[in-house]
Formats: sequence, structure tokens, C-alpha cells
Amino acid sequence: MENQTQILAPKKAIEKATISGAEAVIRSLLAENATLGYGYPGGAIMPVYDEIYKYQDKFTHILTRHEQGAIHAAQGFARVTGKTGIVFATSGPGATNLVTGIADAQIDSTPLVCITGQVASHLLGTDAFQETDIVGISTPVTKWNYQITKAEEIPSIIAKAFYIAKSGRPGPVLIDITKDAQMGSLDFSYEKCKGIRSYKPKPEMDINQVKAASHIINSAKKPFIVMGQGVILGTAEQELKAFIEKAGIPTASTALGLSGLESNHPLHVGMVGMHGHYAPNVKTNDCDVLIAIGMRFDDRVTGDLNRYAKQAKIIHFELDPAEVDKNVKTDVAVLGDVKETLAALLPLVEKKEHQKWHQEFKDLYAIEYNKVIKPQLEPTKEGLTMGEVIEGINKETNGNAVIVSDVGQHQMFACRYAKFTNTRSQVTSGGLGTMGFALPAAIGAKMGLPDREVIAIIGDGGYQMNIQELGTIFQTKTPVKIVVLNNSFLGMVRQWQELFFDKRYASTEMVNPNFVKIAEGYDITARKVSKRENLQKSIQEMVASKESYFLEVVIEKEGNVFPMVPTGAAVSECRLS
Amino acid sequence: MEENKTYTISVYTENNLGVMNRISGIFLKRHINLESITASQSEIENVFRFVFVIKISEVRVRKLVGQIEKQIEVIRAYAHTDDETIYQESAMYKLSSDSLFDERQIQNIIKNSHANIVTVSRDSFVIEKTGRRHETEQLYQDLKPHGLLQFVRSGRISVTKEPMRISEMLTDF
Repeated sequence: MENQTQILAPKKAIEKATISGAEAVIRSLLAENATLGYGYPGGAIMPVYDEIYKYQDKFTHILTRHEQGAIHAAQGFARVTGKTGIVFATSGPGATNLVTGIADAQIDSTPLVCITGQVASHLLGTDAFQETDIVGISTPVTKWNYQITKAEEIPSIIAKAFYIAKSGRPGPVLIDITKDAQMGSLDFSYEKCKGIRSYKPKPEMDINQVKAASHIINSAKKPFIVMGQGVILGTAEQELKAFIEKAGIPTASTALGLSGLESNHPLHVGMVGMHGHYAPNVKTNDCDVLIAIGMRFDDRVTGDLNRYAKQAKIIHFELDPAEVDKNVKTDVAVLGDVKETLAALLPLVEKKEHQKWHQEFKDLYAIEYNKVIKPQLEPTKEGLTMGEVIEGINKETNGNAVIVSDVGQHQMFACRYAKFTNTRSQVTSGGLGTMGFALPAAIGAKMGLPDREVIAIIGDGGYQMNIQELGTIFQTKTPVKIVVLNNSFLGMVRQWQELFFDKRYASTEMVNPNFVKIAEGYDITARKVSKRENLQKSIQEMVASKESYFLEVVIEKEGNVFPMVPTGAAVSECRLS
Repeated sequence: MEENKTYTISVYTENNLGVMNRISGIFLKRHINLESITASQSEIENVFRFVFVIKISEVRVRKLVGQIEKQIEVIRAYAHTDDETIYQESAMYKLSSDSLFDERQIQNIIKNSHANIVTVSRDSFVIEKTGRRHETEQLYQDLKPHGLLQFVRSGRISVTKEPMRISEMLTDF
């Protein structure tokens, strides 16, 4: 808040000055304390870029190599900082190249403000050069969007965009600004948006629902918690921890909830879902009370809904009323900000230990450890495993790194085995499953948290989906560490082909280029490891490096991710092999 | 599978560009076909009211309304069954003027249906009927053998039996 006053203060003196719409864009961003954005220029956004140039001492623009890279970088920035990510793109292809990232941010609740240029308003609908209906295209995947055709609308609409993106359940907002609105003039004054009459960001907490939840929790014999990203988005990490420690409840996380509770917490029992841990998946169908906190019962979490926790009473702590009873019918829904509802719950729950119940989780973990985890982390057979690479990284970083993973087998290994001690340290494309996400997201994450180690873990497939962003690393000298787990396959699809399509490996084998040479072309120190004895040393060298570093690890070709809950199976039918 | 019922979805929104697109996208994403759409000014200044008619199960309609209400510019959305609302639709029928004079039957049809004659010209005449779907449909079936030149039916318009309390919600803001 102090910063905001500092920025707003000098503006008072020149408040009456007439400025251009384009300058108003930058001044509005600065008034929102946004000083970093990602983008790619082009014809219809040039007036804004001209102002970015003039304001370069106050506002930093990162030129990526593709608009998709820009938006994923902004997502990485937003995910680790909690701030709103800023993206610029021109009209037409610039704008359409953002769509994947917008959809990704929408489904993973990431706050973004995307500013796109648009052809001049008199050309709208004429199929002008680089004209596309980005408002129409982006409507289903934005929390809100708007087309500005008059310069004087700019400050109030940008204020509204920031308010909508960040408040309640966060999400992406797209503001499309015609070129004439950018070039027009206005008397600039900026007022932050404090509310919109048709939009209620947070439902009010009903204390009776909290009490009802506490009664069920207090009488539970086998309570079980699944926490999601809502805990992180609601900055309720401490409230969650206080609650679970008092109530003594085993707590699992969804993929996006990881790092909201430190990995080595004694009550943390791992990840739920298709490739989650054995105990929390099996115990989902054994617990007597399932407490879902800031999660949305995604199909990758629940497996067959008709056989999901049917024996349990379901309590759902949730901000978004549309998520309640969407997939799983709840017995008690506690609507509201989890930071408030969990704080209100704490004094109402009784101190419990549930030792016998915890032991059941430990027993199942022992089974998973022997059958799956140990062979992954301490393999004896030839061929490196993805698990041992992640474990090697844990050893060097002590769980203090931000792990940015792409999509596929390596992502599941990263989610299962990476250790986290700080919140907002696990960045991945969860809901949309966007291959190509990790490399640019890691750039944004590193810029958001320059003092933290940021390690991107990517498969050989996803790496080549946005490999051009090595150019952004090269130009900005961002010290991102890149680990490519190369099995020369689109591994996850290949695994499914092996299990469900009689090993017909249709278009999943990849003939890859020399990744080391490519990285070296961008002046990035690069190593390739294919032998176990060289692995730890290389990871050590990577983590020790002050600059960006590329590490390719040649992985066994046909390794699989287990445990696995096959599509259509119940979570308790989790397969270990 | 749960049984599908007819629901009237009433959506109060800000009168902004693109709201219709945003709402219709929610139906599209869920593969729900619209039986009819009407949009107009509501009882509140600058607040629009959309009326959609769909056939859907009770469980799905509740989720659907939740998703519609989540849209920033939607003030409130409701789903009502037919017995909770008072509803009408309007239809227009254009026929050749010859038939009016040559076929006495037509005059009886018009009289019995309580339809109004909107306009009569040398070549053609237009009648209008407001009522429930089965009434406009019956008239359509009755007139069809006599050669309809044009036929059009509006979407459903509906008001609820219970109060909506939208104005109070907006005053509270």
C-alpha cells in the first residue's frame, strides 16, 4: 500500500495533464503497482510500446520469443508472487497466441491482465489486416474481458480488470484496446476499483456452517483432508496448519495444492489423484469424514465419481459457490475465504491424535515405498529414472527451490517426489495440462522470486513446444535452471499406449536434436548426463551455477508412472504396477 | 439418468456488450440446446433480463445457474419450472388474402383461436396470437393446410409467481 501512495503522489501535480490513451495504459499499470510485464509488439499495440519505451525506468517489459511464452511467463510470475501477471500482445495472431495461456490461467485460477492491441475502431468488422475478434474468442476462457474503443475508458477499465483478476477466485482478464483509443487523449486520473455491483468476489462466511463442520470433525474417527490451491490463493497456509495440527488429521494435497503445506510435515500424507500416493487414494474410500479445502474435485483427483468417498461425510471449504456440489455432493459446505473459515473453525475443533488412523496411512506408505518409491529413487537396474533425478535435486536444494514442471510423466514425478519447504514453490499446468508451459513459466517465476532457486523440469516433448524462450533467457540473462528428462518419447501418451492400446506407439517416439548444442547456441552452460555416476555431480554443478544452466538427463526409454488410478476406476483401485 | 424437465432460466445482467455471448457460451460448453431466447430491458433501468428455455435435469440446471451467476456482469440467475412462472409467447402468421375470402374455414379458425388480425392488404394478411406454446402451435397446425406464407414465433417471456428482489440486491450495493 505504501508503494501505491508513492506512485500516486507525484501524479497529483500533473493530474490535469492531458495524456494519450497509450500513456494512460502504463500510468494505470503503475498505479496498480505493476512494474513488470511480458509481451511481444506489433502494429496495433505500437502506441503502448512507445510508452513502455518512455517509461522504461519505471516499467520493465520482457520481450519473449512468442506470445505464448509471454503469457506463460506472466503465469509463472503470478503463481509464485501472488501478484497479477501482465501480458501485452498485438491484434490478430498476437492475441490468438495468448489463448492457450488464458485458458490455462482460467482453469488454474491465476490472476492475469492481458492487454491486446486492436485495429482502429472504424475498421472493426472489416477483416482488416491482423483483425481478429479476440473478445469473442477469449470469452469462454476469461474471467472477464472488454474492448476499449475510447481513450477515456482506459483508467477505469484497467482498474476494473485488476480488481476482477485478483479478487475472489482469481483468473485472467483480457482488455482489447483499439489503436485509435491508444492514440486518443484523455484527462488522466486513476481510482482503484473497489467493487462491482453485479460481482460478489467472496461469499460471506456462515458461522453455522462452520459449527456444523466442527461437529462432524469432532465426532470423526477417521477424518481425512484434501487441500487444494485455494489454500495458497487464500494465503491460508498457517490457518490450515493450525487446524490440522490441533485436529490431528492426515492431510493430502492435490497437484496444485502442493507446497501449501511443507512436504515433510508429519501430517502430510502425499498427493491424491491419478498418479498420487497410494495411502491417500486408498484411504479416500475408507475415511469417515472427507474435508476438502480449496479444491474442486477434478476428475484426475476423484476417478470414478460413483465410487468416490461414498462412505464418508463430505465437508467442503470453498470460495466459489459454483464448485459446491458440482462433482461431489457435500454434507456441509462452508462457503467463504478459507483464511477466514479455517480461522473460525480452529477454536471449535477438539484436540485429537488419531494415532491408529495415522498408522494405517504409514502401513500403506510402506507398501508403496517398497513397490514403487524405492525402485524409483534408488534404482539398481540400468537406465536412469525420473524419480532419482528429482531426488537428486532435493538433495542439492534441501527443498528450497521453486519447481516448475511441464506436463507429462516428468510432471507427475516432480509432483510426487519434489520436496517443498516454502509455499508457492510448485508451479505446473494442472487443469489444462499445457505442454510447453514450464520453460517460459520458469522465466517468470525466477523474475518474481530472484532470490530463490528456480528449476524447470521438462520432458523432451514439452521442451520443444516453447524452446524458443531460450532466447528470452539469453537476452535477459535470467538464471533459470532447466532440466530436461529425455526418454525420447512422449512418455505419458506412450505409457497409456502400452497399458491400454497394446503397445501401439502411434506417433510418440521422438527423434531429438542435440539439446546441448541448442542451449550452447544461447550461451547457456549445458550438460548431458546418461550415467548414474555422473548425475549427482551435474545436479550439484547446476545448482551451484549463478547463471542459467541446462541439464539433459537421458532417462530409461519405457519407464512408467505408478501408482496409477486408471480412467474410470475408483481411487481405491490404485494400481502399484 | 435423471429425467429432463423444461426450465425457464431468467438472467438479470448489466446492459453491456458481449454479455449474451458469455452466457450462451455456458450453454454451448455443456452441449445444451436452447429451446428459445428472449432478451429485453427488465423492470430496473439499465438491467437486462434474458429468458432462456431449456430441457435439462434438475441436478444439471442447478450447476448451470451457478456457472451463469459466476459471470461478472450477471446480477442474478434463476431456474424455474413451468408451474413457478407465468409465461407466454407470441406468434405471427402471414397468409394469402385470397384464402381469407375463398375459404370460410379460416375465419372460423381465427375467431375460435382469439387471434388478432394485425394487417390486411390486397395480397396478404397477418394475424397474431399470444399464448402458451400449445395454443400458438394449434393455430399453426390449423392454418398450415391453408398455405402459410410466413410463420414466426417469439421466445418465451415469463415472470415468476414469487418476487425476484433484484432491486433490493442492487440497492444494497
